[in-house]
Amino acid sequence: MFRKLAITTATAIALIPAASFAAGGSEGHIENIQFSFDGPFGKFDQNQLQRGLQIYTEVCAACHGLKYVPLRTLADSDGVGLPEDQMRAYAEQNFEIFDPELDDYRAAKPTDHFPANDGAGAPDLSMMAKARAGFHGPYGLGLNQLFKGMGGAEYIAALLNGYTGEEKEEAGTILYENTAFPGGWISMSPPLSDELVEFADGHANDLHHLSEDVAAFLMWAAEPQMMARKQSGLVGVLFLALLSVLLYATNKRLWASVKGKKTT
Amino acid sequence: MSGIPHDHYEPNSRIEKWVDSRLPIIGLLYDTLMIPTPKNLNWMWIWGIVLTFCLALQIITGIVLVMHYTPHVDLAFSSIEHIMRNVNGGYMIRYLHMNGASLFFLAVYAHIFRSLYYGSYKAPREITWIIGMLIYLLMMATAFMGYVLPWGQMSFWGATVITGLFGAIPFVGEAIQTWLLGGPAVDNATLNRFFSLHYLLPFVIAGLVIVHIWAFHTTGNNNPTGVEVRRGSKAEAEKDTLPFWPYFVIKDLFALAVIMVVFWAVVGFMPNYLGHPDNYIEANALATPAHIVPEWYFLPFYAILRAFTDDVWVVQIASFVTGGIIDAKFFGVLAMFGSIAIMALAPWLDTSSVRSGRYRPSFKWWFWLLVIDFFVLMWVGAMPAEEPYSSISLIATTYWFAYFLVILPLLGVLEKPLQQPDTIEEDFNVHYGKANGGAEATPAE
Repeated sequence: MFRKLAITTATAIALIPAASFAAGGSEGHIENIQFSFDGPFGKFDQNQLQRGLQIYTEVCAACHGLKYVPLRTLADSDGVGLPEDQMRAYAEQNFEIFDPELDDYRAAKPTDHFPANDGAGAPDLSMMAKARAGFHGPYGLGLNQLFKGMGGAEYIAALLNGYTGEEKEEAGTILYENTAFPGGWISMSPPLSDELVEFADGHANDLHHLSEDVAAFLMWAAEPQMMARKQSGLVGVLFLALLSVLLYATNKRLWASVKGKKTT
Repeated sequence: MSGIPHDHYEPNSRIEKWVDSRLPIIGLLYDTLMIPTPKNLNWMWIWGIVLTFCLALQIITGIVLVMHYTPHVDLAFSSIEHIMRNVNGGYMIRYLHMNGASLFFLAVYAHIFRSLYYGSYKAPREITWIIGMLIYLLMMATAFMGYVLPWGQMSFWGATVITGLFGAIPFVGEAIQTWLLGGPAVDNATLNRFFSLHYLLPFVIAGLVIVHIWAFHTTGNNNPTGVEVRRGSKAEAEKDTLPFWPYFVIKDLFALAVIMVVFWAVVGFMPNYLGHPDNYIEANALATPAHIVPEWYFLPFYAILRAFTDDVWVVQIASFVTGGIIDAKFFGVLAMFGSIAIMALAPWLDTSSVRSGRYRPSFKWWFWLLVIDFFVLMWVGAMPAEEPYSSISLIATTYWFAYFLVILPLLGVLEKPLQQPDTIEEDFNVHYGKANGGAEATPAE
């Protein structure tokens, strides 16, 4: 009977590759980055998220919106974790929201979302880290999602690092060569550079670090409940495993009177 | 309900007698739960419970999701993000629902291939099989429409491609497509009707599941030997069977718990593994994704759909004979639906008098080749429509049809089956030996 069970398991495993084929492909080459939130036990690095927030606010927000992210969630303790008053101050100082009741703009409140920003035709970044899959390996199995995440944050970091410096003009638009971008040419000019953003704590701010920090922040923006989800996952797996053991023992005992010893 | 002789419910207390004389529902539930079940069932017989669980999971999580979802093209995508970010536990409910669909299909494929191997579709279980196929078709329709609801890029473009299939029907196709969509293209009307049907069909499935269970409770379960339970007397039947409760309920629950460990790990640790990143981009009628790929569980049939192109000779013949009415696209649509239709006809295509594949030496090979064929189709279904994948999908499609239309009918005539055991008891004793001390199996105390 365990042969059949083995076949079933094999069937289940064999189904897995199909999923990764379904994941499509981006043409650029993306390297894995060891983010703190990777893997079943990974956690967001709060300092990194706060640096990422600063980078987003000072640089990215000029063109990109984050319209699905409520500002109040910046105070969530398993996310960016700003203290309540800092979160309020951040909302007030950085964003103006059009209020239809006032028929005018006012400072943003915690209940508001980050504003949408489609002025420059730049995509919204709320779900960017989930809307791109950086890599599908090993062997296209996609199983590395369990340990490395789906590679969306890696894609963002690679894109920010991937400018070669080459430019070309096409139909009145300047395109920049980028090794991570599908097709190789992107219309976004290189947004980050070494020491573009200064951190209060003097943390390293070369291009490499900046792009990883902002990628981590965008992963949080896309999946703010990731910590709670992994927690539920872990608790659920442990309890279900315990339940399996108990049911195994029950089943064994129940059938003991029916099953004798093998006669052959 | 069951044709196998067994003890029936006797109302004892006054209340039970009062209820039973007005509505014999306790007796119905008792007979359903205590049905004599062949005692040699192996681990491939657990999928029914898993499927029942999946249906319940999908309906319960779905009903909660509906409380927060808005079926409108301007609001659907953001209402999903509202569920993910603001609703308490919403991210978990949604991920359970998303991945629940995958578990549902994994289980249904295991269930179907189990039936194909052990000949569960053969007389007298044809109606169980046909109803099962109807349930499977409804599952596909429900899953497809459910995938449209988040209104992401794959939702929109998947809906556009699949409803386009109906447009391939000669003469009336375009009218049918417009009628299905509620307009010239996938839009708000489409989203609303898909939402309505996505809510309705699971209840139709639930109804069919009851009929499915009713049908096989009438014929009794098949079992790994394919040999029928002896029905001469209750004593005889009891040598071959055990009551469903507690023996198989506990066994199935154990299997379900193990499956749930894996399922929960996927939901908790990699919930987007089986999804497509493009569906986190809001639907945009002006931007076509680079590759439009259906969910994994549709891939084998998607491969069959795409296998037939203009340069395939059967397509050219069909086109010539019908004066161009059947073109490559329509041929593909016919092949896709045909591939499921011939599966439904398996009870009449299989000519062998031996039910279980265990006693059919050549059948075994062809069967496992079909399983491999299914995975090959799944693989090429995810690949771009170019060489070598088009040739592979054509070969794999050919085998799918050949298995049902040629191999099953011929094998029954050509194959020399092995000796089957006379009774289920004999098979059980070979595996597990006689019960110690003759302890009679009794229902749970």
